[in-house]
Amino acid sequence: MVNLTIDGINVTVNENTTIMDAADSVGIHIPRLCFLKGINEISACRVCLVEIEGRGKLATACTCVVEEGMNVFTNSKKVRKQRRTNVQLILSQHDCLCTTCIRNQNCALQTLAAELGIVDNPYERDLQYQAWDETFPLIRQSTKCIKCMRCVNVCEKVQGLGIWDVEGTGAKTTVNVAGHASIREADCAACGQCITHCPVGALSERNDVGKFWRAVDDEDTIVVAQIAPAVRTAWGEDLGLSPEEATVNKIADALKRLGVDYVFDTVYSADLTIMEEGTEFVQRFTSGEFKDRPMFTSCCPGWVRFIKSQYPHLVKYLSSAKSPQQMFGAVMKTYYAEKLGVNPEKIFTLSIMPCVAKKAEAEMDLYYGEYAGKEIDCVLTTRELVRMIRSAHIQPFALNNIEFDLPMRDGTGAGVIFGATGGVMEAALRSAYYIVMGENPPVDAFKAVRSTGFNANDGVQEAVFHMGEIPVRVAVVSGLGNTRKLIDKIERGEVHYDFVEVMACPGGCVGGGGQPIHEGEECAFERSHTLYYLDKNYKLRYSHENPDILALYSEYMGEPNAHKAHQLLHTEHSKNGFH
Amino acid sequence: MSRLEFETPTKARIAMEGLYKDLQRKIESSPPGLCPVDLTRAFLELCHAQTCGKCVPCRIGIKQLVSLISDVLNGKATLETLDVIEQTALTIMDSADCAIGYETGYLVYNGLMGYRDDYVEHIKNGRCTCTYKHPVPCVAECPAKVDIPGYVALVGEGRYADAIRLIRKDNPFPTTCGFICEHPCESRCRRNMVDGSINIRGLKRVAADYAGEIDPPACAPSTGKRVAIVGGGPGGLSTAYYLQLMGHQTTVFEMLPKLGGMLRYGIPNYRLPKDRLDDDINAILKTGVEVKTGVKIGVDYTFQQLRDEYDAVLINIGASTDKKLRLEGEDAEGVYPAVTFLRDVGKGNGIDLEGKEVAVIGGGNVSMDAVRTAKRLGAKKVSIVYRRRQADMTALPAEIEGAVAEGVELKTLKAPARLDVDDNNHIRGLYVTPQMISNIVDRRASVKPSGDPEEYIPCDVLIIAIGQAIETKHFEEAGIPTCRGRIETMPNGSFEGMPDVFAGGDCQSGPATVIKAIAAAKVVAANIDEYLGYRHTITVDIDLPPARIKDNIQCARIDINEREACERVQDFDGVELCMTECESKQEAGRCLRCDHFGFGILKGGRERVW
Repeated sequence: MVNLTIDGINVTVNENTTIMDAADSVGIHIPRLCFLKGINEISACRVCLVEIEGRGKLATACTCVVEEGMNVFTNSKKVRKQRRTNVQLILSQHDCLCTTCIRNQNCALQTLAAELGIVDNPYERDLQYQAWDETFPLIRQSTKCIKCMRCVNVCEKVQGLGIWDVEGTGAKTTVNVAGHASIREADCAACGQCITHCPVGALSERNDVGKFWRAVDDEDTIVVAQIAPAVRTAWGEDLGLSPEEATVNKIADALKRLGVDYVFDTVYSADLTIMEEGTEFVQRFTSGEFKDRPMFTSCCPGWVRFIKSQYPHLVKYLSSAKSPQQMFGAVMKTYYAEKLGVNPEKIFTLSIMPCVAKKAEAEMDLYYGEYAGKEIDCVLTTRELVRMIRSAHIQPFALNNIEFDLPMRDGTGAGVIFGATGGVMEAALRSAYYIVMGENPPVDAFKAVRSTGFNANDGVQEAVFHMGEIPVRVAVVSGLGNTRKLIDKIERGEVHYDFVEVMACPGGCVGGGGQPIHEGEECAFERSHTLYYLDKNYKLRYSHENPDILALYSEYMGEPNAHKAHQLLHTEHSKNGFH
Repeated sequence: MSRLEFETPTKARIAMEGLYKDLQRKIESSPPGLCPVDLTRAFLELCHAQTCGKCVPCRIGIKQLVSLISDVLNGKATLETLDVIEQTALTIMDSADCAIGYETGYLVYNGLMGYRDDYVEHIKNGRCTCTYKHPVPCVAECPAKVDIPGYVALVGEGRYADAIRLIRKDNPFPTTCGFICEHPCESRCRRNMVDGSINIRGLKRVAADYAGEIDPPACAPSTGKRVAIVGGGPGGLSTAYYLQLMGHQTTVFEMLPKLGGMLRYGIPNYRLPKDRLDDDINAILKTGVEVKTGVKIGVDYTFQQLRDEYDAVLINIGASTDKKLRLEGEDAEGVYPAVTFLRDVGKGNGIDLEGKEVAVIGGGNVSMDAVRTAKRLGAKKVSIVYRRRQADMTALPAEIEGAVAEGVELKTLKAPARLDVDDNNHIRGLYVTPQMISNIVDRRASVKPSGDPEEYIPCDVLIIAIGQAIETKHFEEAGIPTCRGRIETMPNGSFEGMPDVFAGGDCQSGPATVIKAIAAAKVVAANIDEYLGYRHTITVDIDLPPARIKDNIQCARIDINEREACERVQDFDGVELCMTECESKQEAGRCLRCDHFGFGILKGGRERVW
């Protein structure tokens, strides 16, 4: 143990503790900016400065470890002046047009400047302009980048891709796509984790709200929306609603008030996905196709982009089932269009997603072929939804719980847990078991794939389940860095599974790159509790018992994996359409 | 008012002199990988501050260049801007009145020609082709990428054994390098920005001297693969070491009686005591290397035999012969190539030079080894004959100083013209043509005859040290490609059409340094492993002392002490003395820990595995 004093308070901590952690342990908050625990500990912003008695140079609390007898001051005159100057310098190179910034009121730099009471700045504004491909789902505004390098390290360390890198030297040093590539050329999974870890408004999703309004404003267009499971866990956070208050049925109300004609729950098409993917798994598994490599889930577009660029030879092991978003789009523009008795061209399909990669998924030609047009016309993130609600002056507390529209209203607990890591696997196994055994398993039989904490066990849960005599070896992984490690183990033959679920974002869609941002916090695990709570309280908890899905099959699709279903609900994961 | 007054430097002037010195040190320790365009712009501002302001091209032109280059950097330029930059630079070059101007023009023009690609990248894509490739300058400059901040910190804590283990991850010759490495690591040491570079080599020597015998790490399970290594010098032995650690069985074929190559038979004992060289070699051999000494490929075995018998063959034969002077009488008695002369001493049968006059032609490190060895063999007078100036010699300045201190004469600006051989075909002296130094061509001063008459330098022994050559004949006949006397490989050390054959070290690179041979050994070891179908990695698990924040008060570098010249010249014992532990702690404490502070913490600071 090491004894020291911080601002006159005696502190005893373990060796190699940073001054920041030591101060936190006694309730002293040292201001910080670039720091992200375990991800970005690079002492670049020089905001977390502290003075150590007897030393002339100030130390950064984030990386400087405690020493016996140290006398640390976190708010001395020297610290205050130097910290303030550094923040003023950062502000001189940051486009401080806060009022028109996407991160207004949710910006670490804005908060810091306010906390330090900076109301003037002696330094000339010096902004760095870099061009960007505004059509890509991930947008970088160079004039807002403060070079904290969080994106570089999140992508490298958490997502194992290294899309971002430091570029140039001297005053021209900046962040850019690594290897001099453009963002489209790079192997970006579009997971959006760099966005949710950016302290300012330098990184954001492409703003598609305008596209939505144009559709709403066009009287000839029927706007049909779906809401992904994970959205309900987080949308209320920035609107002052508790998880209990922020129900998905209130989102339905909000969307109707915004002008959407029909609103559905993606839980429905998650159930549909399970019917297709579960059936496919049982077929391919029993035919012995996964002796060498497992079947991989295909509902996470970040993961699908990842496997295509990083492990193209494994693409054939992806489930051919489309994601719930795309399946719903296909159903809306065929089955539902028929029900409405309108031309599919008149239908504008909108999806509210916790995800940035979904914007890319909707763009891809991958799902093109059976119908001339896109299955999904517009994808908005949870954050975009919240911004629309605000801009329309909808009072969150005035929203009502309204029913989803017919005839695709029903959902099951199996569909709702899609939004958490392990959820797809658990839902698929509930139905696969039924397909194989002809009876339902105990509903919580597959709980072992649920995560036990954020990034616990390096994001991996593995288990073996028996369907009668047959063992089914499964693994669930979230976070692409964790995924890379797991796949490398599979490739080296160290582990073998029959079925693997992958979610690009740590913790699954609840921690998605399109979710509300909370500085320095990882909310995925807590949000997943909401989904498991909902699952528990659903009337139906097996996808194959969803009556609206059964109706879809009997009225339109035929059998799962049958010809029509295959045409509309499956895809060949061609390598094109990635970039 | 007096008619004349004493000039006393003003406070400002004294401060300025200090600034110039600081500037010089800052530039010297510039990290590798900087943007050349940005650096040109920055340097131009300094040049502009130097102008007196009298002449148009310099006063106005430089400012316009700064503005034009800033446009390039700020994305406001077009390709036509480059034409304007070129024209402006040419105008300043050709029409400025004094060097402040025309040298500045030259700097920009030369840069535009040299790194035009980078200018274009800035203009077209708003990006720079350069990035900090390695955050730690000493590691960046070390060919073998040894974890220098790591072992310096370990030495500072007295953990000498761990320091040796850490060094061996990238360099199995820690002791040898502690004595004779050319230490490129020190050239851009960031501490130079404060006061002076860390004495890195000296600290390595401390680790080697205080660590005692350290066993190598355990080898990976045997792969059953066998690799033949031709040449038992530092490159061959380093490759053998790493391949053994990877689980392959190596056999080293060495033509001389003992292992070590130039380290044993080229570098004199007073620079690298042979018992200390054996410390490194013994540790390498403990990994299970098989050794066949006294065998020459092309005589005792053919290259093809090795290919037939082994899974892979590495050619690491070094540069073991000498370049010829090409003067008549070169084969006379008493004329020795430096390689032969030093090798004989290394074998223990050096010639007796008692009372003799010795002349050595050449100005490189081998020449210094030859003259200082000749002194120790009792020569009455030893002279270096060199056609350029002392400043142009390629030998390390410390080696030249050492030779001069030991009483060696420098006869500079003398180009050998003819050899004087007596009737018994024995060398008697040489005629030299006096030279004068002349134009600088490709950054090197050239010479031309001064017009003075030939001079005569009498000598009993003449040693020729003008460079080494490679004995490639046998391998060439076996189909190994060569170019300008060197073995020509692909960048990974292999050959097209012969996937089992690799080459590295001096025979591939041309005569270089021990640390470059070791760097090449890492390359070929990794690629041989890969060729054999494996992907073994080399790593070491050592907890490094955490970097602590310090004030880094200016503190001078500790240089290596040497034995007194008049004493050391009497024997072949080591010349350099090791730092004391007290000195080494202070010196290690000067390290700025670039692995942690600055860019190091962002990019990780070290490669733990290769």
